[in-house]
Amino acid sequence: MRRDSRRAVLGGVCAGFARWLGIDPIITRVGMVVVAIGSSGVAVVGYLIAWALMPSDAGEPARRRERRGRKGGWRIAGGVALLVISALLVFRQLNLWWSDAVVWPVALAAFGVALLWTLTRQEAEQEQEASEAEAEAGMRDADTRAMPAQLRPGTPAEPGGWWRAKRASAIGFGVALVLGAALLFLWAVGALNAVSDVALAALVVAVAIGLISAPFWWGMARRLGAERMARARSQERAEVAAHLHDSVLQTLALMQKRAGEPDEVAKLARRQERELRSWLAGGEPARPSERLADALRAAAEDVEETHGAPVDAIVVGDAPLDERSKALVAAAREALTNAAKFASDTGPVHLYAEIENGSARVFIDDRGPGFDPEAIPGDRRGVRESIIGRMERHGGRAEIRSEPGEGTEVELKLEGNGR
Amino acid sequence: MSSTPSVVVVDDHRIFRTGVKAELEGMVEVLGEAESVEDAVRAINELEPEVVLLDVHMPGGGGVEVIEQVSKQRPQQRFLALSVSDDPEDVIAIVRAGARGYVTKTITGEELAAAVRRVRDGDAVFSPRLAGFVLDAFAGDLPAEEVDPELDQLTAREREVLRYIARGYLYKEIGLRLNISVKTVEAHVSSVLRKLQLSNRHELSRWAVERRLVD
Repeated sequence: MRRDSRRAVLGGVCAGFARWLGIDPIITRVGMVVVAIGSSGVAVVGYLIAWALMPSDAGEPARRRERRGRKGGWRIAGGVALLVISALLVFRQLNLWWSDAVVWPVALAAFGVALLWTLTRQEAEQEQEASEAEAEAGMRDADTRAMPAQLRPGTPAEPGGWWRAKRASAIGFGVALVLGAALLFLWAVGALNAVSDVALAALVVAVAIGLISAPFWWGMARRLGAERMARARSQERAEVAAHLHDSVLQTLALMQKRAGEPDEVAKLARRQERELRSWLAGGEPARPSERLADALRAAAEDVEETHGAPVDAIVVGDAPLDERSKALVAAAREALTNAAKFASDTGPVHLYAEIENGSARVFIDDRGPGFDPEAIPGDRRGVRESIIGRMERHGGRAEIRSEPGEGTEVELKLEGNGR
Repeated sequence: MSSTPSVVVVDDHRIFRTGVKAELEGMVEVLGEAESVEDAVRAINELEPEVVLLDVHMPGGGGVEVIEQVSKQRPQQRFLALSVSDDPEDVIAIVRAGARGYVTKTITGEELAAAVRRVRDGDAVFSPRLAGFVLDAFAGDLPAEEVDPELDQLTAREREVLRYIARGYLYKEIGLRLNISVKTVEAHVSSVLRKLQLSNRHELSRWAVERRLVD
């Protein structure tokens, strides 16, 4: 006969006995209680002896852990309290007795201590299990470590937050029980009467101090909050100031130094304007090496900076940058450079790009002197190679429309890959 | 209708108001100026200009607030927004509040005068950048059941006109390119403006919500 640890309420003695008899454990348990009461508790001693002597059937540690994890300390603690009461009754029966007053305090204390003890043990076991499970998981697959704890295989099913809250309240209850038992005992033996006046006085004083200092604590908490906010604000201001100093003030100083060079001043002002705008917009930083729209804008800014000709770039839509669209950007840059070189005196150069469904169209327009595309002069050989040739090599098309005196219009087209 | 249009200039920077007045000299009659929302509402009701040149950003609510307050008494008042900001949210917000056009402050005096005349005549004025925003906002197809074809989509012709505006072309040049009259170009732009003001496309209403223009 072995104790049945899987169906145990206390030690599994009744359950093991029932299994040996082949009956429901409830029957043996009720029988046990009846016998215990009938024998004024002597049977309880017998139970304890049986618990100590009967070997456990605990062959499967995993199952055991699961059982303990789920059962909670309450039933065990209640059982321990009942056992203690029984033991006391036995002592009383045997005339080994001093006072009835100790019964309730001792029983309560036993309940509380048992509760705390089982909870602490469960916690230790769970920690061990969790670390074991983690180690296992770590060996199995590094990916599982990235999962939230609740989803990791092998950890107990109890969700962390709920379990912790429940455990905290159980511990609180246990502590209250033990303290209550101590007070009850003091009260029962009459030691508390002398203490009670002092305790009452102390309590009243404590409440009074609390009431008096409440406004102070309240004010302190509010001051702390206000200070924190002020600190955040001044930090923000410092950041803004630092940015303005690094950018705007620097540029203004440069512009004053170069007041005699209007082109240079205009260039500086324009660059600063662009920087300040993008900073104010506060959007994501541009990624000209990854996104086509950003790459086109960056090309326009580059040309503007290098040649001092204003470029208005308007891009509608976006796509990731790939080999083909890189060629498109390079061709656009070439067209912008030409426009900036030859047509910067007649208003801004316009770049307009439309990127949709994997296709892209880019227009570069200027109001410059224009030229006859059929008779591209020697110094514009770049147009054939860098714009038309490049686009065609990458499966795109470039069209240049220009007439002397009518400005120039370059259209670059890149169709989607049939995606 | 080709007489000199009258305007009130609303901007909180005196230097800028002075600059605009100087640039418009001889082309536009500046009846008065205002530097706050309150001043602006009073001046507009008093002077009854044909067009209000309106800064987008001003203390006390900005251009949107001026449009809302003036429209209560003068629902036909025409506004042209003028701003250094080209933040799409600002632009879309003021146009949806009722401005008939939007130009950036880098515009030349002559272009500005032309824009004022166009707004006076009931047409819309789109800067290249505003055209780009609109093309962006109206890009992509909507599920058929969500589309109000009258408001939520641009016609092929409207797209074409906007594309030319985004490329920096003047209305006259666009008319030549598309073989249509300047009046027809203006009609297309006005139609786009109406859609921009009334469409509930997600991209537009999101801007409006973010600017707390709708509840």
